[in-house]
Amino acid sequence: MKGVLMVIRFLIEKEFKQMMRTRVLPVVFVMLPLFVLFLMPKAATQEVKNLKVCVVDNDHSPLSARLVHKLSASTYFVLTETCPSYREALHCMEAGRADFIVEISPGFERELVAEGGSRVLVSVNGVNGVKAALGSSYLSQILTGYAAELWEEEGLLASRPVLAGLDVCPRYLFNAGLDYTVFMVPGLMAMLLVLVVGFLPALNIVGEKERGTIEQINVTPVGRFDFILSKLVPYWCVGLFILFYAMLLARVFYGLVPAGSVGLLLLFATLFILVVSCLGLIVSNYSDTMQQAALVMFFFLVIFILMSGLLTPVSSMPAWAKAVTYLNPLRYFIEALRMLYLKGSSFLELLPQFVALSLYAVVVWTWAIVSYKKNR
Amino acid sequence: MKDKYVIEAEGLTKQFGAFTATDHISFRVHEGEIFGFLGANGAGKTTAMRMLCGLSRPSAGWATVAGYDVCRQAEDVKKHIGYMSQKFALYDDLTVFENLRLFGGIYGMSAKTIREKAERLLGELGLAAERDALVASLPLGWKQKLAFSLSIFHDPKIVFLDEPTGGVDPITRRQFWELIYRASDRGITVFVTTHYMDEAEYCDRVSIMVDGKIEALDTPANLKRDFGVATMYDVFLALARRAKRTSD
Amino acid sequence: MKKQFLSFLRKEFYHIFRDKRTMLILLVMPIVLMILFGFAITTEVKDSRVAILDLSKDEVTAQLRERIAASRYFSITAGEDNISALEASLRGGKIDVAVVFGEQFASELRRGGRPSVQILVDGTEPNQAAIRTGYMQQVLAAHLHTLTEGRGVSPFPGITPVVRTLYNPQGKSEYNFVPAVIGLVLMLICVMMTSIAIVREKEAGTMEVLLASPLPPLCIVLAKLVPYFAISCLNLTTILVLSVTMLHIPIAGSLPGFIAVSLLYILVALFLGLFISTVVRSQLAAMLLSLLVIIPTIYLSGILFPVESMPVALQCVSVIVPTRWYVDIARRLMIQGVELRYVWRETLVLLLMAGVLLGVSWKKFKIRLE
Repeated sequence: MKGVLMVIRFLIEKEFKQMMRTRVLPVVFVMLPLFVLFLMPKAATQEVKNLKVCVVDNDHSPLSARLVHKLSASTYFVLTETCPSYREALHCMEAGRADFIVEISPGFERELVAEGGSRVLVSVNGVNGVKAALGSSYLSQILTGYAAELWEEEGLLASRPVLAGLDVCPRYLFNAGLDYTVFMVPGLMAMLLVLVVGFLPALNIVGEKERGTIEQINVTPVGRFDFILSKLVPYWCVGLFILFYAMLLARVFYGLVPAGSVGLLLLFATLFILVVSCLGLIVSNYSDTMQQAALVMFFFLVIFILMSGLLTPVSSMPAWAKAVTYLNPLRYFIEALRMLYLKGSSFLELLPQFVALSLYAVVVWTWAIVSYKKNR
Repeated sequence: MKDKYVIEAEGLTKQFGAFTATDHISFRVHEGEIFGFLGANGAGKTTAMRMLCGLSRPSAGWATVAGYDVCRQAEDVKKHIGYMSQKFALYDDLTVFENLRLFGGIYGMSAKTIREKAERLLGELGLAAERDALVASLPLGWKQKLAFSLSIFHDPKIVFLDEPTGGVDPITRRQFWELIYRASDRGITVFVTTHYMDEAEYCDRVSIMVDGKIEALDTPANLKRDFGVATMYDVFLALARRAKRTSD
Repeated sequence: MKKQFLSFLRKEFYHIFRDKRTMLILLVMPIVLMILFGFAITTEVKDSRVAILDLSKDEVTAQLRERIAASRYFSITAGEDNISALEASLRGGKIDVAVVFGEQFASELRRGGRPSVQILVDGTEPNQAAIRTGYMQQVLAAHLHTLTEGRGVSPFPGITPVVRTLYNPQGKSEYNFVPAVIGLVLMLICVMMTSIAIVREKEAGTMEVLLASPLPPLCIVLAKLVPYFAISCLNLTTILVLSVTMLHIPIAGSLPGFIAVSLLYILVALFLGLFISTVVRSQLAAMLLSLLVIIPTIYLSGILFPVESMPVALQCVSVIVPTRWYVDIARRLMIQGVELRYVWRETLVLLLMAGVLLGVSWKKFKIRLE
């Protein structure tokens, strides 16, 4: 037993030395989390704002001018152009200078004063459906607000605009300010782990194959379990370092601290790192060249990321796609991380994720050991 | 009598698809002998050696090394052998001492034994000053001496050397063979492949492989007499003319 | 000269075609991504799980409950009998929205007042939360509207927007994603594969052998790029065919124009891979650097997150991301069907990028040779 521990100790020492002597790696460990956590949450926002509006004002009245002003004052819209005709406005849209065209018809002011209501024509660039839908609803809010304002302030309109017949008081739990950063940061932590402790192991064993050093190991009596374990331990340490470092950055940059227990977070991270680095080693075991390993790993990781709920909600997926996400370890980890960070969930509430990741860990670890062939 | 042979091979065969790299070879190696394994490039030497080391599973036939079956007890075989591959295969990004410690550790030597043995070994090789240098920074000749020393660091019964002296100058080669003799004096059986015919003369017995088969096996003196020629080079040429496979 | 170049080219094709696994993934990747983006990944919000806490226990609230259940946005899970149970369900992720009708709800409504209803929403994902709230508001308001209509309260017309959605009237997310998939796949393949392929020859020392041949170094490097160019063209074709046949997205603009711009984009990506290969020494470093190029590409190019919503500083950074320009052109040419003259500025940017990347790599390459 003592002998086996010695062997593992020496092997682990070797992996650490090699890792630290690859000059780019320590730099990556420090810079990548900084880069991802500083820049990405600001970029990764599905919020819709600064929509480009082009106005065609055919009425040229004080009330239409005020409407145009109202639009440009909103944070959702930026008035980029005023065009004399729809045709020219469409050109603006085709050249990418407008997402919305708002056309005010000639009788706008007259109808509004006389009949208490009027219409504006809105043309939306529908390529991005979310942008179009949210933008349209913002626009109609502004129009309703404007009509109400006219009625209240000046008594200009014939009758009071009708509002909804009930008051809805929404309360947002776990993320009261509906802040996208709070939602994105835990997911980005998971992505960081995937990138570092998923990719590096994928290149590790196949790298030894390319250099020929694996032969020298294969001809020794070293056990397969010991060898794989010695490959895993360094990534496990690096993964935990990156996680804690990222948590620190999240606190410094965004004041984010987990609402739940850090111990639980550690437990999930431990399991997840094990799963991802085992997957990397499996790919490495089956690959002949580093290029092949990198591509295969990339292929799977892109699918893992897309099907994990990191960027788009799992709940919106069709049934078959939801079923596929149950095979995705990243999905469980991101769920757990978000529940821990935002909701402060207990272990009992996280039990399904825990069981799934544990099962996954057992399977891929065994697979990593079995797929490492000392002779062929 | 049984213990006299440390390697026995019977009908050992390896096929890669339709290609038979090693074709039913049979031979025995005595304990303590320096056994030369000769052949042109592509004759199947390396494949045969990899099967004996447990790196490659035979398609047919059997072999025992140090009394263990290479098919069923490959991991036991590995406890008793050393191996030096034809491509330099130590860790470039570890120091000389770190390499020794790693492989010593793998064979279950204690940290103390490793340190003592390493100091002595490095002294013998004249590498004491390079103890903490990265292996990548050493010249090729030194790397090869180091690789050899490493392959016998754990005192194996048999050491397999796959073209150990490729690409080095004649003086370094001569020094290398002195190391081999020293190891042989310590009772280690040496199994060496080479295509330098002068090196064949240094072996106790040699076998010559042509197209995956062993065409000749005897002491260098007997072979020269049988073929009626003066040097091993001529023996080799006489056999190589029969080859159908082109070397690459 | 030409013959030599062809023999180099043949060698490069052998490298790739003999590696069956790599080939398979290179060809399957765009198909898988098309299926995922076309059918699985959507930002639409539907099937939100709702729990209702009805303290009013009235005919109206029962009607509202049925109205919610009938909506295609919501499905009702079992009701709860107190607020803390609702909050626990939200925390455990069992429901997304909880609706609370207070005790006074029904009586207030009968009196002709404005009753209030509380909605608890899981705010973890802000956009979904906002959209769910909006839908719930719509559903509730629509029902009350039908109730009040009969009572002679005539609704005020106000200012009604008459919205016409151009190019993608159903608001399908595929229309937005397909051009992005092309941009992403081509980037992945060209940048990572070429940089690793070239550095691999450096690591193995075979690059020296090639450079010692009488062929000019530029040809040797270009020969390494050609197979990936070919594969990229194949992928482009696959994606276009799938988008028309499987996702039924017509190519609205000029096909030759679109293909020409795509080829230019492939060149930019290949030269980017070439550039990476000139600044690193190991395959590991090539891969890490490629990753550092590809991740910002996903985030900063407008593939998933609209560029105009980003802070100004990031918008400035996104200017150097080639995919940002390409996806913009692709969306306009493919989906909006604009004429080529509307995208000349973006195309010029890509052309400039190709020139700069090739020039810089070539210079670095030469320095290494000397």
